[in-house]
Amino acid sequence: MNFEEHAAKATILTPAGIPVPRGILCMSAAEASAAAAKIGPCVIKAQVPTGKRGKAGGIKLASSPDEAKKAAGEILGMRIGDYTVERLLVEEQAEIAREFYAAVLYDTTARKPLILFSIEGGMDIEDLAAAKPEAIRRLLVDIDSKPSLADVGQMLQGLKLDAAEEQITRILCELYAAYRAHDAELLEVNPLALLGDGRVVALDCKFVLDDAAVYRQPEIAKGGATAAMTALEKRAAEADLKLIQLDGNVGVLANGAGLTMTTMDVIRHYGGRPANFLEIGGEAYTKSEIALDLVLSNPGVNSLVINFCGAFARTDVMAEGVVKAWHKLKPKVPVFFSIHGTGEVEAVRLVRSELGIEPYDLMEDAIQAAVKAAQ
Amino acid sequence: MIVRKKDRVVVLGITGKQGTFWTEKMLGYGTRVVAGVNPKRAGESHVGVPIFATTAEAVEKVGGDVAVMFIPPPMAKDAAISAAQAGIKLLVVLTEHIPTQDVMAMHAAAAKHDTRIVGPNTAGLVTPGECFVGIMPAFVPSVFKPGRVGVISRSGSLGTLVCLNLTRAGLGQSAFIGIGGDPMLGTTTRDALETLDKDSGTDVAVIVGEIGGAMEESAADYAKRMTKPIVAFIAGAAAPAGKKMGHAGAIVTGNAGSYASKCQALEAAGVIVVDTPSQIATTVVTSLLAGRAGGKNVASR
Repeated sequence: MNFEEHAAKATILTPAGIPVPRGILCMSAAEASAAAAKIGPCVIKAQVPTGKRGKAGGIKLASSPDEAKKAAGEILGMRIGDYTVERLLVEEQAEIAREFYAAVLYDTTARKPLILFSIEGGMDIEDLAAAKPEAIRRLLVDIDSKPSLADVGQMLQGLKLDAAEEQITRILCELYAAYRAHDAELLEVNPLALLGDGRVVALDCKFVLDDAAVYRQPEIAKGGATAAMTALEKRAAEADLKLIQLDGNVGVLANGAGLTMTTMDVIRHYGGRPANFLEIGGEAYTKSEIALDLVLSNPGVNSLVINFCGAFARTDVMAEGVVKAWHKLKPKVPVFFSIHGTGEVEAVRLVRSELGIEPYDLMEDAIQAAVKAAQ
Repeated sequence: MIVRKKDRVVVLGITGKQGTFWTEKMLGYGTRVVAGVNPKRAGESHVGVPIFATTAEAVEKVGGDVAVMFIPPPMAKDAAISAAQAGIKLLVVLTEHIPTQDVMAMHAAAAKHDTRIVGPNTAGLVTPGECFVGIMPAFVPSVFKPGRVGVISRSGSLGTLVCLNLTRAGLGQSAFIGIGGDPMLGTTTRDALETLDKDSGTDVAVIVGEIGGAMEESAADYAKRMTKPIVAFIAGAAAPAGKKMGHAGAIVTGNAGSYASKCQALEAAGVIVVDTPSQIATTVVTSLLAGRAGGKNVASR
């Protein structure tokens, strides 16, 4: 679950004791103008849960309420990535002396939390990792303990941070504590700035809450951003299903993330274009009825592949759901089946007798037929 | 991580719906399930298996080499740590959606107690003709049969399809190693590949990978020194960019994680990468024949 900058600062950084610039959340140009009157020279920042806001023109400086109003008017309604800007953060301008990068995330290889720091702040960390990997300092942390001031001090050794070192050391420890306390998947401050007056302040913040931990972070999760979704994706989400709508013409209904991805791959391999990703793996295999409705509701779909391979998921249960939905929906596009694994005898019997369709033996053959039918 | 008939298996969460269903399937296939754990039902017996209050008690009374968890996400961390403390050497974690920080705590406990975790979010381990641990259709004869092909898979459903294709091509399996779909796994593709390399019952290794992470790249590094033929399929070539790959993954692994990166690394290591799942079986047949012709160390079946 992603968070907008203002929410990440207010719910994570401020309670953790990490300083942020004075700012006011605004919903309109008039509010931005009023905020600028209170704050003075300010930065107007689009609030969307995605990166590259600056490059998209979503961050502007203003030195007066009138300028703030004008800038806000330009930014509100702007499209950045998959999002339309509906909110702005109006923040006091900072006199920046140096920009750093700080983050806590997890390292899949070491299976431990990882603190990152760089004196090359401000730029995208992916770009920095590619261009100057040596400029990134790393500290792996034992999940059962926490980093000491000495551990962090050692991590920062030789970086010539001078008077800022003490503040940065403390901030990194606080950042780690916040990461642990709030089940963060990623907690990133970029830039972490040293100001002209000697203070170290978090100018931006990215916080990603671990989706698997939302159930035990209910208060924090209330501040999360709504993901950009199409109407169809929203319907799927309401049924607790993960659907990604694509611009292809061959619909996909399969069980398990691996088999679903593979079905899409093979569609493309034979020159077709997949119309969706929809996972009904794990416990969700019982949801094939609503799943069929969803994939057929995608307006681009000219044909459909139903590819089941039962392990934990029982193909007879999935076929039963498909048959039920079929009688209600009466699909107008041709549908091509391949069914194997747990429950396959009963599943194939159901599809044959109830739908009068003979499943293909190989998924490759079912997919080739579907690609041809979609053209 | 190749399970054997002699391995004593403890089932955590044995009395639940899935625990019950799959314990019966495991017993029926020949898995030596010696104990179940459920503190509320200790002293009882369930599907013919004695239940203990804790994993430690089960191990003390009846022994335990392997534990398999049918435990929901909020309780998974404590169950896994208790199993590691009890001396379980191989812990199969089927649970999906365990909070990431809990997963790290599980891995820390496993490292401390010398326990190997398989998973989280794995479909389990199958040794055809001997036993299985997890939620795989080992007992479906059209899917699995004993043989000499070792299969490593992140996905249960796709792994099942691959084994089915192999079986239909007349190729049995020495082991199915489901490593799991989570980003932070106890057993990696490379770990599993090393096991198959050292297994005298395996002639060919099959890797069923997925986009994301750097496990296939790391496995490719090991594959360079192997003489057994390896065939791989990587799922996700058509996955939309940016939908699965997280920011965090990108920084830790650099440019690794993409379909192209994985195929390139594997091919550079001499692994045959195929385009569709059914090509795995046909390619294994040809590589076995080529292996024999080229005098490679491929035992006859």
